[in-house]
Amino acid sequence: MSILVDEKTRVVIQGITGNEGLFHTRQMMEYGTKVVAGVTPGKGGQSIDGVPVFNTVMEAVKKTSANASAIFVPPAFAADAIMEAAESGITIIVCLTEGIPTLDMVMVREYLTGKESRLIGPNTPGIISPGKCKIGVMAGYIHKPGTVGIISRSGTLTYEVVDQLTKKGIGQSTCVGIGGDQVIGLNYVDLLEMFEKDSGTEAVIMIGEIGGTAEDEAAQFIEKNMSKSVVAFIAGLTAPPGRRMGHAGAIIAGGRGTAKEKMKVLDRAGVRVVKNPALVGEEMAAILKGI
Amino acid sequence: MKIHEFQAKEILKSYGVPVPKGRVTETPEEAKKIAEEVGTKTIVVKAQIHAGGRGKGGGVRVVNNPDEAEKAAREILGMTLVTHQTGPEGRVVRKVLIEEGVEIKEELYVGIVIDRSEACPVIMASREGGVEIEEVAAESPEKIVKEWIVRSVGFRPFQANKIGYGLGLEPGQVGKLRNIILGLYRAFWEKDCLLAEINPLVLTQSEDLVALDAKINFDDNGLYRHNEIASLRDLNEEVPLEVEASRYNLSYIKLDGNVGCMVNGAGLAMATMDIIKVVGAEPANFLDVGGGATVEMVKNGFKILMSDKNVKAVLINIFGGIMRCDTLAKGVTEAVSETKVDVPVVVRLEGTNVEEGRRILKESGLNFAVASGMKEAAQKVVEALRMQSA
Repeated sequence: MSILVDEKTRVVIQGITGNEGLFHTRQMMEYGTKVVAGVTPGKGGQSIDGVPVFNTVMEAVKKTSANASAIFVPPAFAADAIMEAAESGITIIVCLTEGIPTLDMVMVREYLTGKESRLIGPNTPGIISPGKCKIGVMAGYIHKPGTVGIISRSGTLTYEVVDQLTKKGIGQSTCVGIGGDQVIGLNYVDLLEMFEKDSGTEAVIMIGEIGGTAEDEAAQFIEKNMSKSVVAFIAGLTAPPGRRMGHAGAIIAGGRGTAKEKMKVLDRAGVRVVKNPALVGEEMAAILKGI
Repeated sequence: MKIHEFQAKEILKSYGVPVPKGRVTETPEEAKKIAEEVGTKTIVVKAQIHAGGRGKGGGVRVVNNPDEAEKAAREILGMTLVTHQTGPEGRVVRKVLIEEGVEIKEELYVGIVIDRSEACPVIMASREGGVEIEEVAAESPEKIVKEWIVRSVGFRPFQANKIGYGLGLEPGQVGKLRNIILGLYRAFWEKDCLLAEINPLVLTQSEDLVALDAKINFDDNGLYRHNEIASLRDLNEEVPLEVEASRYNLSYIKLDGNVGCMVNGAGLAMATMDIIKVVGAEPANFLDVGGGATVEMVKNGFKILMSDKNVKAVLINIFGGIMRCDTLAKGVTEAVSETKVDVPVVVRLEGTNVEEGRRILKESGLNFAVASGMKEAAQKVVEALRMQSA
């Protein structure tokens, strides 16, 4: 099993005719993702690699029954694209775009309140249920179907951890990049809850980083509600305060949101906190063997 | 993006927030002239650098006449100001703000930031002004009043009342505070801020509220729609290598260690710094060449990290996804052959086109240590460092 996306997921690509959109559409299709439609305003009626292009998401949903979307539009238009997807009844919205103004995301979050759509990202590598469906830009071949769920604020660091697992023969149920920005859609707590309920997930890896309090909220949730084991790595133990470390959300502000503090809180909540990023796979292997 | 106090005050003033009378200058002579224009009994001369703690560091003087203002400006301009936020190397003062002195009855705090969990701006206010709000939050959180903003309706008058009366202010003061917060919030929203803070907000002897100090941080992601703000950037306040890196769309931050690193992706870059520390060394920098780096970007990134003289060894850690390993390998071999590299370079490549990447490194004839896995890469770097000092 898996969470959020599987072989039945039908994907519409918003921004399918752009360079990135097109490249990754092909990669996703090659992986086996059911890409059923594309949207680029003004290019409706065209067809790309057999995928019909529409002017609006609403039209795409009506004609193709798409239920998930991948957004590859530039930062200035991405908030609008998310709202359009939500308004059209898309239930899983994956926004890959990096660089969306934070206050645009404040508007998006308010707009999504009360709607059924669930947003992944922005500034995320996407989501993958190995062997079933990939909506995002991660390299498919490093993954392997299995029973470990991954939740991460990072891109390549997630690939690193996935690679460690796969090389040990440990597969993944679903890997979700929640995004590196300050204001995002689904957070650790939402996904931990889904993994806890998912019969196909045995244990979960959380990859966090400096900035914000999302890991602290996850720790509270884990302590109260998780029966499955959780392993965590928090990046940025050596990051200086007050500096934005690449991701818009990775900043220690006013002495808060340090890696050390997050590790402490997670450790107290019973999470297996790994300090060496090269040993996350080993730790998970030990847990699965019952050590 | 950060700006100076005088710039933040100019913005707030345009939103109706009362600020002390005054202007910024780069010369002692003009400082005297401004002091004469201001014409108050006391005059304040304030160093303008992008860091807090200026008063304790000797960058703020209260003087009694224009001649003293000139003298104080002469002493402050050009000085290297060291505060808890500048680091030990300090910052050279290039501008001073000359302002009217204000008779302080009480110091308050009001600020707006993004509440990441609630996904909206939150207003924070306290009667404990003049100190950092984080200290108040840690020691006596009950002294901070918070109000969250619903974007579609904005900041509401009832929220101003909750804040003002929550702080125990008099009705007349609450009205003044309401206008100040409204101005602050409008500036925050319209200018794409991540932080807008008045600290202290001063209650004067004549019962006025005045923004004695102000700080604004803008969202870099929102700058594209604010040309007027992008022009406020002061490159003198930034580390030259970091400015250079930003020109190539590279995210570089200089640190104090001696292991230079180059990584693709911010999370992996931080993790690479962390593992360097785990094996007993210190990272010299954070350098994220990004997901879609070109040969040119990799080359420039490598040159920038090598121009830090503290670098005694280099660790390159690339997990190819969108970025292909052969691109990285080409960039690094070109950079190494163009620059004189006399320190050991450890390369760890994994992911898309890894074989091709390794082949390019091997056939370059250059001296790279190739590692398979982060652990081995970190160990090899530390060994290389030990060999040098041995």
